[in-house]
Amino acid sequence: MAAPQRRTDIGPPHYKDFLPPVIQKNYGSWKYHEIINPGVMVHVADSGDKIWTVRVASPRLLSTDTIRDMADIAEKYCGGYIRFTTRNNAEFLVSDEKNIEPLQKELKQKGYLAGGIGPRISNIVHTQGWVHCHSAATDASGLVKAIMDDLADYFTTKELPNKVRLAVACCTNMCGAVHCSDIALVGIHRKVPRVDHGNIKNMCEVPSTIAACPTGAISPDPAKKSLKINDDKCMYCGNCYSVCPALPISDPVNDGVAIVVGGKVGSLRSFPKFSKLTVPYIPNNPPRWPEVTSVIKKILDTYIAGAKKHERVGEWVERIGWEKFFSLTGLPFTFQHIDDFTIARETFRTAATFKW
Amino acid sequence: MPKKYDTPLLDELEKGPFPSFVTEMKKAAAKTDMAADALGQLERCFRDKKTHWKHGGIVGVRGYGGGVIGRYSDIPEDFPNVAHFHTVRINSTSAFFYTSKFLKEMCDIWDKHGSGLTNLHGSTGDLVLLGTKTDQLEQIFAEFSSRGWDLGGSGSAMRTPSCCVGPARCEWANIDTLDINYSITQEFQDEMHRPAFPYKFKFKTVGCAVDCNASIARADCSIIGTWKGNIAIDQAEVANYEKKGMNISEEIVGMCPSKCMSYDGKQLKIDDANCVRCMHCIAKMTKALKPTGEKGATILIGSKAPFVIGATLSWVIVPFIKMEPPYDEFKDLIRKMWEWWDEHGKNRERIGELIIRRGMREFLEYIGVEPVPQQVKEPRRDPFYFWTEADLQK
Repeated sequence: MAAPQRRTDIGPPHYKDFLPPVIQKNYGSWKYHEIINPGVMVHVADSGDKIWTVRVASPRLLSTDTIRDMADIAEKYCGGYIRFTTRNNAEFLVSDEKNIEPLQKELKQKGYLAGGIGPRISNIVHTQGWVHCHSAATDASGLVKAIMDDLADYFTTKELPNKVRLAVACCTNMCGAVHCSDIALVGIHRKVPRVDHGNIKNMCEVPSTIAACPTGAISPDPAKKSLKINDDKCMYCGNCYSVCPALPISDPVNDGVAIVVGGKVGSLRSFPKFSKLTVPYIPNNPPRWPEVTSVIKKILDTYIAGAKKHERVGEWVERIGWEKFFSLTGLPFTFQHIDDFTIARETFRTAATFKW
Repeated sequence: MPKKYDTPLLDELEKGPFPSFVTEMKKAAAKTDMAADALGQLERCFRDKKTHWKHGGIVGVRGYGGGVIGRYSDIPEDFPNVAHFHTVRINSTSAFFYTSKFLKEMCDIWDKHGSGLTNLHGSTGDLVLLGTKTDQLEQIFAEFSSRGWDLGGSGSAMRTPSCCVGPARCEWANIDTLDINYSITQEFQDEMHRPAFPYKFKFKTVGCAVDCNASIARADCSIIGTWKGNIAIDQAEVANYEKKGMNISEEIVGMCPSKCMSYDGKQLKIDDANCVRCMHCIAKMTKALKPTGEKGATILIGSKAPFVIGATLSWVIVPFIKMEPPYDEFKDLIRKMWEWWDEHGKNRERIGELIIRRGMREFLEYIGVEPVPQQVKEPRRDPFYFWTEADLQK
């Protein structure tokens, strides 16, 4: 069989070819939507037409078997139309109301988990981790599975003061949206990279490796035709390893997870916010990281108990103050919590007003 | 039959209510040698508490400088079928709408030429095909491109742009996010496939300030839909929300960041001139409130993760621009930004970092945008600023 003819620079197909007819007809003319239950919402157009969305969780890492199964289900109930969300959920797009119940029934019977709509926990944005990344300081999929098993009720049923967005990044490169999430994890290293002097000259470009260091800890070592690292300056970010494979930094005993809290991306009520450090380090404890999941549960429970309706985690913390956050959660405050990187002085308290 | 590995640690992650990635890997492992070894190696990672993947080398398809990420095992002697395990990025559709027909074709190609493992989707928004060998890449590309699909971006290039669901299924979209996303992707194909920038460049387009695509946090260029007119109020629907239990004074008026709303128990009023368009009231009372008037976008530049100087959120460059096809004004603006960045950017310096290093003034002057207060939270606090010869008396 002849190989198919390759084409270049064609870009993706036109999106209109993938929109259900009811969406094509009412494109840009939606009037409102209503949440029917945590896994189903309906959008109503100016014309009166409706489209129902049935949302299910996915682990993001999907086998072709599961994708084929989703495609079969979409053919049976949705005219073959399906979409995915930025948080790795699958959405079945139903144009005919009478298909909703049998669709939900089949999804449940096949073990799909419906939910994630409204003031709840949706799926976790995350990175590759040990599944497929060379710079991972922790796994991502394993942490996500362990956390979501713990919090599944908040995906399928229970309500929160507002949505809580979780994210996991397996190193400080942060391919996941960790820096602006309500509660997020980031894999961290705690030891200085090891210099593989024999390989630096073969594998690495010296100037770009030096430039990759945010703290100026790397300098040339002309005698060895290599690099040297000032241990006192290194903050273990691993950016040098990204550009120079001869500077391995991973360490099974000392790598682990940091927990950051209070970020958001939407502008509703208050400006978008960065996540802030709450737990500087928890050792990796696969397969289920119980120490991590218990801290997340504690933070979430404290938020539920204290937040006003519609307050995101960061808005709640800013109202009560970070000193109160640490006393309510019982999380220890350490030297690591006080910034000594690039914007440190912006974070110091320049007023004598605070809570005991 | 692919080799079957014992995976006692990973088996623990098949328990519990949430869908399991381990179950997915096992499904693929029953069919392909690559997925079987990927599963076996992952168990080893869990046991050793460290990754067993190495840096990527340069792999790709003819004529392209990106779209494929090289990945190699550091223990190929134990897991020979993942000695190469490269990622192929397929450029996704706008807002991730698919048909079952395409998904099934994609699965057939991927079972034949790869591991059968995917990510729907990667963090940037590509349809990620996880794991194949170097000698399969050209075939995979021919199979996809002959069916109308192309590769996404990687390296120092324009990355696969992404957008929110927008006018396809959302009443809040002020701009046609899907079309803008598609148009940017098609316009800049060369910039995507042949990396020539100092570093990566990401676009994310969202229809309003709810920002369902994390545009303000994760895109070098954030395109955020907004409007210039008033918010139309349907007082009968306001009354309905109250009837259904909403405390309008507390939940809506009390949480308005610009304190531009009032409610006397009968009429909701908005002082539109003082509204900052944050979307809180509209999101909570979607049946009652609707923006009217001129629609367009705010263009913000510069967000990124913490490497090297710390994480940044995008900041306002153009407070308002009309976004109508073919989006020429916007595209010209982007070309000017890239020209300046190409000229001055260091290797691996994002455009936002360059602006911070050389100053907003130089950037704004180059791209021809006037300084306006909307670009800053507050004016500078220090008395140290530049004048040019033209400003001085001779």
